[in-house]
Amino acid sequence: MPKVKVPRKSTSVDMTAMCDVAFLLLSFFILTTSFKPDEALKVTTPKSVQTKAAELKNVVLVTMDKEGKVYFSISDDIGKEKQEAIDVKQKTIDIVDQQKKLGLTQAEKKAFLRSGSFVGVPFSQLKQYLGLGPDQIKGLKQSGIPVMDTLNNEMITWMQAAQSAFANKTMNLMVKGDSEAKYPSFKGVLDAFKKNELFKFQMITDQENVPIGTELYKKNQSRGVVQEPAAQ
Amino acid sequence: MAEMDTSGGGGHKKGPGVKKSKKQSTRVDLTPMVDLGFLLITFFIFTTTMSEPTAMRLFLPKDTDKPEEQNKAKESGALTLLLGKNNQIFYYEGILSPDGANFKSTNFKGIRDVVMDKKKRTKPEDFVVVIKPGPESKFVNTVDLLDEMTISDIKRYALVDIAAAELQLVAASEGGGAPAPPAGGAAAPAK
Repeated sequence: MPKVKVPRKSTSVDMTAMCDVAFLLLSFFILTTSFKPDEALKVTTPKSVQTKAAELKNVVLVTMDKEGKVYFSISDDIGKEKQEAIDVKQKTIDIVDQQKKLGLTQAEKKAFLRSGSFVGVPFSQLKQYLGLGPDQIKGLKQSGIPVMDTLNNEMITWMQAAQSAFANKTMNLMVKGDSEAKYPSFKGVLDAFKKNELFKFQMITDQENVPIGTELYKKNQSRGVVQEPAAQ
Repeated sequence: MAEMDTSGGGGHKKGPGVKKSKKQSTRVDLTPMVDLGFLLITFFIFTTTMSEPTAMRLFLPKDTDKPEEQNKAKESGALTLLLGKNNQIFYYEGILSPDGANFKSTNFKGIRDVVMDKKKRTKPEDFVVVIKPGPESKFVNTVDLLDEMTISDIKRYALVDIAAAELQLVAASEGGGAPAPPAGGAAAPAK
């Protein structure tokens, strides 16, 4: 048999190109990751089959935690410029200050303007709360805005202030409630909305698949909507 | 022409005067670096996805307090759902009868059948579902019921306060029907 010498070729692959691609992708993802605003509160929202995504701009958020405490916040993403958000927040805190005669100093009002504008204390403690630095607020257990007492529903004032501050802009009112929050706090929040004639609002929920065989499922099928598995 | 000295394979021919050193491989194996790169990519892919709010919205209908809106629904077409504690739902059709004869109870699994059943029996323009959450019910119960409205394609529904008579009935049914030990029942009003 003739000896055919098979030329031995090198089996090691040059990984340089692969490495370049990997780091290119990595750079892309690093640059496109945006940090979400630090949530002071951990809320587990209930699930729902709604498929419309929540608004991210011009948001006034009312949060209810599992003990039923109510918090108020205004998003930083308002209008086209950062200054608009600051203006809106400034107006809100000015109105609240005026109405409730809290005597807030400029420094305290500035504290309200910082990221998130998150408030969870009754008006009587508001001055004190705004005087705290950001590190002290991190660990603070706030007592929540009182809403359940019909005579002293402070959320009404907050909503009124926010509404006037948002005068000619669209305000996206959202409610983010914990699954375990009891109904009376939610009712207090609804009452505050009604008193200010705010009938349109959205509730933030987790995504859930439409149960098979129900009316909505059939409707989606006929419309050709493809059901993707809900993200965990 | 000078002779081209082509030495096969290996490294470059160094400049004159350099001692021929032991040839060492200058090639670095980049496989672990690639692994690391992909690990970091995966990390950033996952964190980017999570920073997006997984928020969907639930749209409540215009909530008016005007009495004329409330009375439009025919009594026979109304299905009232009362939310009690521990994920219990009590329901009745039409008006609550004085002796509470039409007061029934179910849980969240059975409620879809109840609602669909009523929907089939009623004319669409008369059918309305009235949701009355009790003071001990959880937010998730209310959201689930509102979700049911969307799932079962119910166009008319209302979120209303519970009445005193209904509250009594709910408390009585919960106290009697619930399999919870008496200690659990006694703890509730103390809360």
